[in-house]
Amino acid sequence: MSKLNLEFDPDHPNIEDYLHTDSIQEPLGKLRLHDLLDISPTLTEAVGAIVDDSFTRCFKSNPPEPWNWNVYLFPLWCLGVVVRYGILFPVRVLILTIGWIIFLSCYIPVHVLLKGHDKIRKKLERALVELICSFFVASWTGVVKYHGPRPCARPKQVFVANHTSMIDFIILEQMTAFAVIMQKHPGWVGLLQSTILESVGCIWFNRSEAKDREIVARKLREHVEGADNNPLLIFPEGTCVNNHYSVMFKKGAFELGSTVCPIAIKYNKIFVDAFWNSRKQSFTTHLLQLMTSWAVVCDVWYLEPQNMRPGETAIEFAERVRGIISVRAGIKKVPWDGYLKYSRPSPKHRERKQQSFADSVLRRLEDK
Amino acid sequence: MGNTSSMLTQYDIEEVQEHCNNTFSQQEIVSLYQRFCQLDRNSGGFISADEFLSVPEFAVNPLSQRLFRMIDGLNFKEFVAFLSAFSSRATLQHKVEFIFKVYDSDGNGKVAFSDLLDVLRDLTGQFISEQQRELVLTQVLEEGGYKKDSLLVLSDFMKILGNNGLKMEVEVPVD
Repeated sequence: MSKLNLEFDPDHPNIEDYLHTDSIQEPLGKLRLHDLLDISPTLTEAVGAIVDDSFTRCFKSNPPEPWNWNVYLFPLWCLGVVVRYGILFPVRVLILTIGWIIFLSCYIPVHVLLKGHDKIRKKLERALVELICSFFVASWTGVVKYHGPRPCARPKQVFVANHTSMIDFIILEQMTAFAVIMQKHPGWVGLLQSTILESVGCIWFNRSEAKDREIVARKLREHVEGADNNPLLIFPEGTCVNNHYSVMFKKGAFELGSTVCPIAIKYNKIFVDAFWNSRKQSFTTHLLQLMTSWAVVCDVWYLEPQNMRPGETAIEFAERVRGIISVRAGIKKVPWDGYLKYSRPSPKHRERKQQSFADSVLRRLEDK
Repeated sequence: MGNTSSMLTQYDIEEVQEHCNNTFSQQEIVSLYQRFCQLDRNSGGFISADEFLSVPEFAVNPLSQRLFRMIDGLNFKEFVAFLSAFSSRATLQHKVEFIFKVYDSDGNGKVAFSDLLDVLRDLTGQFISEQQRELVLTQVLEEGGYKKDSLLVLSDFMKILGNNGLKMEVEVPVD
C-alpha cells in the first residue's frame, strides 16, 4: 500500500483550508456498492466549478452600469463624452507632454554630466522620476489620498502592495522613488523600463523562465542589503487582479530576512475601473481609457511594518501580510496562485483528493 | 441564438428553458449564458478543453476528463441541458441517469466491470494498486448481489443509488 506523504508542502499552503467545498461527509460503516457508485460529491464539485469559480472572478473586469438609458440622461452622457474626449483629453495630453519635456530636459543633462558624482546624481534622478510620475497622475486627474507614515529609505526593508494595474507603481512612485521588480514588457514601456527605471534601480524577471526564480531571489537579497539603494517595492501577487480579490502572495519577498511594510491600494470604481485586464487590452489602450475618464480616485494606506514571527514560515508570513492588506483595502482573499492565469494547476492538488478518497475506501473496507 | 452578441432574447431563453425541461428559471439561464460567454473566450460558440482547464477548480478534479468528454463541443442550449441534472428542480431519476452516463463512456446503455474500474481508477489514482482496486470492486459487487461479469443497466443504478436520495445540487449565482 503506497502512501505518498503529500501532507507537508513547503511551497504551497493547504488549499483545502480555504476552499469551502462541502466536506464530503465521512459516512461511517462498511463499504457498500452504493458508496463506490455514488460519485455525486466529486461531480458536484466539478460542475460547481464550471458554473462559478473563485479564480475567474478575480480577473473579471466589471464594466460600470450604463446610466445613459434615458431620454434626458442620454444627452447628459453625450455632453460628458464631449467634455471628456474633446476638452479633458487634449488638456491632459498637453500636461503630459509638458511634463515629459521638463523631465527629459533635466534628466538627460543630469544623467550625462553628473556621471562621476553618483550620490547627487541619484538624488536628482530620484526627484525627477517622482516628478514625471506626478505628471502622469495629473494626466488622469488622479485623486490619491495617502494614509499613514511615508516610506523611508532604510536598508533591510521591502514594501509589498496588492496589484491592480501598472499604474499602482506610478501612484506609489510619485510619493517615494521606489526600486521595483517587474516583468520586462515589450514596446515603449520596455524602453522606459530599460532607461529611466534603471536609474532608480529595478530588477527584471521573466515569468516563463524556470531557473529565473533563483537568480531573482539573489538579486533581491543583494538589493535589500545595499545601504543606499532605493527602497524596494514588490507586488507579491505577481499579476494584476481586479481590486475586489487578492490572490496568493509569492513567498519571495518574505524570505529575505527583512522587515516587510505592507501597502494597501483601493480604487474607487465610480470614477473609473482601474483594473488592467492584460488579456483584454494593451497598456497603451488602458492608459488612453484612463485619460478619457473623469478621474482616477484611490486610497493608499501605508501600514505597520511586519517582521517574521519566530516559528513562522515564509508562506505563513506572506499570508498574514496578505490578510492585513486585504482587510484594509476591503478585498476578499482567494487561495489561488495568480500564475494559474498562465499555466495549469500542479497535479499535486488532484493527487491529494485521490489520496484522501483512496484512504477512506481502504479504511472502510476493513470495517466490519 | 445570437452568434456574436452577448444578448439573449426572450425567445432564446424560452427555447433553452424548454430544452432543459424547465429545470432552470429564466434568470438562471441568463446567468449561465453570462458564464458561458465568460468561459468561451474566443467566442467559438462552445467551450474548448483549454478554456475549461483554465478554471483551476475544475482542472484539479479527478473526474474532469470524463466530464469534459461529455461536455466537449456543446453549444449553449446543450450546455444548459447538461447542467440541468444539478438543478434543485431536477428529479432523482435525472440525477441517477447523469451518474450512469458518466460511467457508461461508450454510451451502449450497459456498465461493465471495466467501466466501474475506470472510474475508480480516476478517483483513487496511484494510491491503490490495480489489483486491490479489482478486489475491492469484486467484493463490494458480490455483497450487493451482483457478479463480476454482470452488466449494470440504468434500473440497477436506480435501485442502488435511489434509496437514500442523492445530494447533487449546484446553485447558479443570480445577480
